[in-house]
Order: sequence, then C-alpha cells, then structure tokens
Amino acid sequence: MRALIRSSLLVGATVLATDAPASELGDAGRGEKLFSQCKGCHQIGRGAENRIGPHLNTLFGRKAGGLEDFRYSKSMARAGAAGLEWHAETLDGFLENPRSIASGTRMSYRGMKDDGQRADLIAYLRVHSDSPRDIPEADPTASGTDHDVDPEILAIAGDPEYGEYLSSECKTCHQSDGGDDGIPSITLWPVEDFVVAMHAYKEKKRQNPVMQMMAGRLSNEEIAALAAYFGALEED
Amino acid sequence: MALNRRVFLGTTAALAATLTAPAAIGQARPRVVVIGGGAGGATAARYIAKDSKGAVDVTLVEPTRTYFTCFFSNLYLGGFQELADIGHTYGTLAADYGINVIHDWATGVDRDAKTVTLAGGHTLSYDKLILSPGIDFVDGAVPGWDVTQQNRMPHAYKAGSQSELLKAQLMAMPEGGTFAMIAPPNPYRCPPGPYERVSMVAHLLKQNNPTAKILVVDPKEKFSKQALFEEGWAKHYGGMIERIGPDFGGGNVKVDAQAMTVDIDGSVETVDVCNVIPAMKAGRIAEIAGVTEGNWAPVNAADMSTKADPDVYVLGDAAAQGDMPKSGFSANSQAKVCANAVRGALTGSKVFPAKFSNTCWSLIAPEDGVKVGATYEATPEKIASTESFVSQTGEDADTRAATYRESLGWYQGITADMFG
Ligand SMILES: Cc1cc2nc3c(=O)[nH]c(=O)nc-3n(C[C@H](O)[C@H](O)[C@H](O)COP(=O)(O)OP(=O)(O)OC[C@H]3O[C@@H](n4cnc5c(N)ncnc54)[C@H](O)[C@@H]3O)c2cc1C
Repeated sequence: MRALIRSSLLVGATVLATDAPASELGDAGRGEKLFSQCKGCHQIGRGAENRIGPHLNTLFGRKAGGLEDFRYSKSMARAGAAGLEWHAETLDGFLENPRSIASGTRMSYRGMKDDGQRADLIAYLRVHSDSPRDIPEADPTASGTDHDVDPEILAIAGDPEYGEYLSSECKTCHQSDGGDDGIPSITLWPVEDFVVAMHAYKEKKRQNPVMQMMAGRLSNEEIAALAAYFGALEED
Repeated sequence: MALNRRVFLGTTAALAATLTAPAAIGQARPRVVVIGGGAGGATAARYIAKDSKGAVDVTLVEPTRTYFTCFFSNLYLGGFQELADIGHTYGTLAADYGINVIHDWATGVDRDAKTVTLAGGHTLSYDKLILSPGIDFVDGAVPGWDVTQQNRMPHAYKAGSQSELLKAQLMAMPEGGTFAMIAPPNPYRCPPGPYERVSMVAHLLKQNNPTAKILVVDPKEKFSKQALFEEGWAKHYGGMIERIGPDFGGGNVKVDAQAMTVDIDGSVETVDVCNVIPAMKAGRIAEIAGVTEGNWAPVNAADMSTKADPDVYVLGDAAAQGDMPKSGFSANSQAKVCANAVRGALTGSKVFPAKFSNTCWSLIAPEDGVKVGATYEATPEKIASTESFVSQTGEDADTRAATYRESLGWYQGITADMFG
C-alpha cells in the first residue's frame, strides 16, 4: 500500500559526487544536439509519431514496451511485463548499453558511454514528458542536494537559527501550539524520540510518504537541530 | 559552529545585506509592503514581522476583510465543511505581529519611486515589495463567458460568494439534470482542484439528486492523480460522470450563459448548472507593476525576486518559477523562503538556502482521501522538483481515511501559519 517515491538521485553517480547542491538532470540544449543520433528512428515533440522506433513524448513513467500501437521486440515487452518503467535512472542504464537491459531489443544503437552526454540526453527527453508544475507527481527534473555531504549545509547545521528556519517547513502541517487533528503534534517531543522517528522515515521504515520525503532531504545534523528546536518550543 | 557564516544567495545578496543593514539602524525602519493577504502574502507578512521582531515595518494590503480559502472550498460544496469554517480574518496579524493591515486594493506600482498607490487614494513607500495577488482569468478564454456572466455560470475558483452561489445552484438543480464543468488549460491554480470538485459535486448529487449527470469538458489530455480519481469515480459514482477530453473536442468549447448551453466542438448541449473555469493569468496588479512576461511573473528561484526588479518579489499562483504547482501549500512554502531572504537583505540577518515543498490532498468521497507531493530546490534556472510521490490505486480504506484526516490537520496547520 506504500506510495512510490520517485527520485532522480541515481542519475550519473559521478555527476553527483562532484555536485552536491541541487542540479538539473543535464543540459537539455546539449541533449537536443545529441538527439540527432536518435532521430533516424525516433520522433519527439509536437505531433511526434511512431516510426521505426516508438515516439518519445511522455516517456518518463511509461512502462517499457508500453505503447499499445507500437510493435516491440519480445525482449522489450518482457522487460515491461517484469516491471521496467522509464525514469532517469533506468534510461541511464539503457542508454549506456541497451542490450544489457533488453538483450533482444530491436534498437540497433550500441550505447552512449559518456556519463555527461547521457545526462544531457536524458534532460532533453525529460522536457517532452509531463511537467511537474501541471502534474505534481511527474518525475523530478533535478537531483536534490545531498545534505549529508554538502559542505555548505554542514557548516550551518548546528546553528539554532538554521534549526528555526528549517522548522518553518514543518509548520505548514504541524501546528506549533501543539494542536493535533489528523497530523500529530511535534511540539515538546523528547529530543531522542524525535531523532529516532525522523531517521526511521529517512530510512523508509516508517511509512508516511510525505514524511519519508521531508526527512529524506535532511542531514543527520539538521535532524538534530530540529529536534532541539521543537523540544524547547513552548506551546503557545 | 562556523564563525564566518556564509550568506547563501551569493555575493550580490551579501553586498546588499551589508549595505542596507547599517542604514536601517537609527533611521526609520525598513519598509516591506505585501500586496494580497492570501496563502503567499499573509505567510510572508507574518514571517517577516515575527522573525524580525519589529525591526521591519510590514504593511499588508488586502481588500477583503474575510479571506475564504480556496482550499477546502470543494469540501464545502460536498457538505464536509461550513463556509464559515473556511473564512479567516486579519486581526491576529495586526494585534500580535504588529502588521499594518490595510483593507484596500492596490491600483498602481511605481518601481522607480518605490511606491504603491491604493484605490482609496493613499500612497505607500517600500524598500521591498512582495506581490501575491493570486490569479485573474484570461479574457475570451471560453467564448461566451466573461465575469459579467459569472452569476449564471460561476467559476467558484476564487472562494467565497462564488462558492456559495455554485452550491445554491447545485442544490436547486432539477431532478436528473446536468451539471457541466469547463475545466481549464494548464497552467492553473491547484492541478487536482477541478477533479476534486467533480468528486464533491458527485457526492452532493448522489445524496440529493442521484439521477443527475456530470459532464466535464476538458482541454487537457491528462491531469494530476487521474488514475486515482477515475478509480474513485467508478467506485463511488458509477455512471454519473462523463469526461470529454481534447480528442473528442473538449478543447473547442463555447458557452451561452443566457441559453444555458455548452457547444462542444459544434455539438450543443443544454445544461442546468455550468461551472466555467477559464484559463488563468497572474493577478492583474503584477502586470500593472510591469513584472510579468506573458501571463505570469518570472522569478528567481533562490529568493522569489522578479527577473524584472530585485526589490519586487512575486509569490504563489502569480509567479512563473518552474516546477511547483500553483497551490496554497506552494505559496506558503515560497513565502517562507522569500521572507528569509527579504529580512536578510533589510536587516543583515542570515539567509539560508531555499527549500520548497508541496503536498496536495484531495477528497474523492467520504473518508476516501488521496495525496500527491514533491520536494523542490532552487537551481540557477528555476525551482526544480527533486522527488515526488503519489497515493496508489487500490489502497485500503484505513490508508485513505488516514490521508483524509491528515488533510484536516494540514488545514489547521497552514491557516495557523498564515494568520497566526
Ligand atoms: C477549488 C480550489 C481548491 C484548492 N485546493 C487546494 C488545496 O487543497 N491545497 C492547496 O495547497 N491549494 C489549493 N488550492 C490553490 C490555492 O487556493 C492557491 O494556490 C493559493 O491560494 C495561492 O495563493 P496566492 O497567495 O498566490 O493567492 P491567493 O491565496 O488567491 O491570495 C491572493 C490575495 O490577493 C488579493 N489581491 C489581489 N489583487 C489585489 C490588489 N490589487 N490589491 C490588494 N490585494 C489584492 C486577493 O483579494 C486575495 O486575497 C485550491 C484552489 C481552488 C480554486
């Protein structure tokens, strides 16, 4: 019954390591130029239709082999039936070496070896899928800051004012006067309980998807700062 | 703890902070004017006043004395909320936070003189101006409809009298009659809003008028939480709801408010109640201020300042910011980032990196709640989504009931966060 959390964190591990703050998937402009390698078989954009290969609009979130009016290889159809969906990370693997994902794919392309080029191409493909502005559940368009490693975040994590700033995000739902009506109160929670609960959300051991998402983007230090802030807050 | 704390908005903001901070001391307090006391504006005014502890002079301009939240206005249509429960006043913002609340319309902005003129004739000076005026409708978006027709064909997309009117029309609908909704094109406020409304109207009619029909005319191929809504409609309201998408002419619609007809790609239907939700644009004052491009006001993701003017900020529905949906939750989230940046620029307080989030809950039927959410961060280009989730089809009743209760808690939380 768990809601699926979609994240693009896995795209190009090498990109992430050097680039902790939020960054777009890649450069869609450069990706458009790279797409010329695909154009012989695939259409994308307004009016795109299936040709030798399937059209690539609204590709993100599509099941592999998922267009009803296109005849896929058995291999691709099987991958889809087994649960393969197209997201940034699965496309990354496929584009690097198509046959490693679907050994009998009819796509004759041998693969794009350069991580950065793949990221650019994926960013371009992403432009032609659902916009998160209109369909909020659509795939992300950027990879988030890794707060556990970003030196800028780490430098301020112990700052009580930073804790207060972070807490403003909690207060959209959790009332600071301690009211709890469908959303539990977190005011005056013992620090230790708070920290344990937030880590359980971060590791997805607790189930609520909103909290998994909110806790998932906090570093250990940020969780500690928040615990201290809410633990000290008086019910007003 | 780091001694040389960094200002995260880069060198220009750091410079601005050091330049303006000394000027603020000993002289008149720096002035912030906020136009619009909704999800974005009320939150921004409250956070700047609260966190600056009186160091910043905050004026909030809002014409209505009672703000009815659009959020939960669909639940009012469905009979799950009273209209009075979704109305909020500004007394606490004035009394407890020292905000100067002026109930008037802003009619002009002079960005060179840094002044705002009000319909009542007064002029306000500002150091920083925050606009959160919500939406207005695009003229001619649905041929045959304009605001002069809104009593025959309500939009109910600004809550209050329009919500009450639509509900009265639904209650008075003849037995077995037809309710039509003309859904808006992207982008518009609250992506799941029209479809939650369809659910709530269906619930109301199921109780009072079970043979009635619902016709949704939609220019969009797909919409948020579609699989969840369609599953719920089949389960709770089987056969009552028909949606005509663009492949059947849903994008080519005209209305005649006197005749109560809807012309869908040449085929004319007579309906009993017609809810027209036209295409939207930024609240007009944003255009008057000269900070819009096309229908919306482009902003910088790090602090919500406009691309046109670093001292003018736009929040919420009116902003073109990137990936965030136009929602009350988003406007509230953006307001806190903006408040932190504005206070930093005016008083030299620390400015922390922008973080945004959104969750939209929708009620499909009693105890059947669903949600969609995402987190966002500022990149140089836009506010970009970094993670998202959505409720799943086939969830058990307990999960759905808990999700609904969560939305009730969120409503208490966000309104307290806006109005104190
Ligand atoms: C049916 C419906 C359901 C919704 N449900 C949800 C939901 O469940 N969750 C959610 O998060 N969002 C929801 N929303 C969206 C939410 O209401 C808006 O996104 C949010 O209100 C936007 O905030 P804002 O500050 O941009 O504008 P608003 O909240 O609309 O505030 C704008 C204010 O500015 C004032 N104003 C305008 N022009 C001027 C002027 N010239 N001078 C002075 N004041 C001015 C107006 O009077 C108004 O009070 C829903 C919307 C609708 C229509």
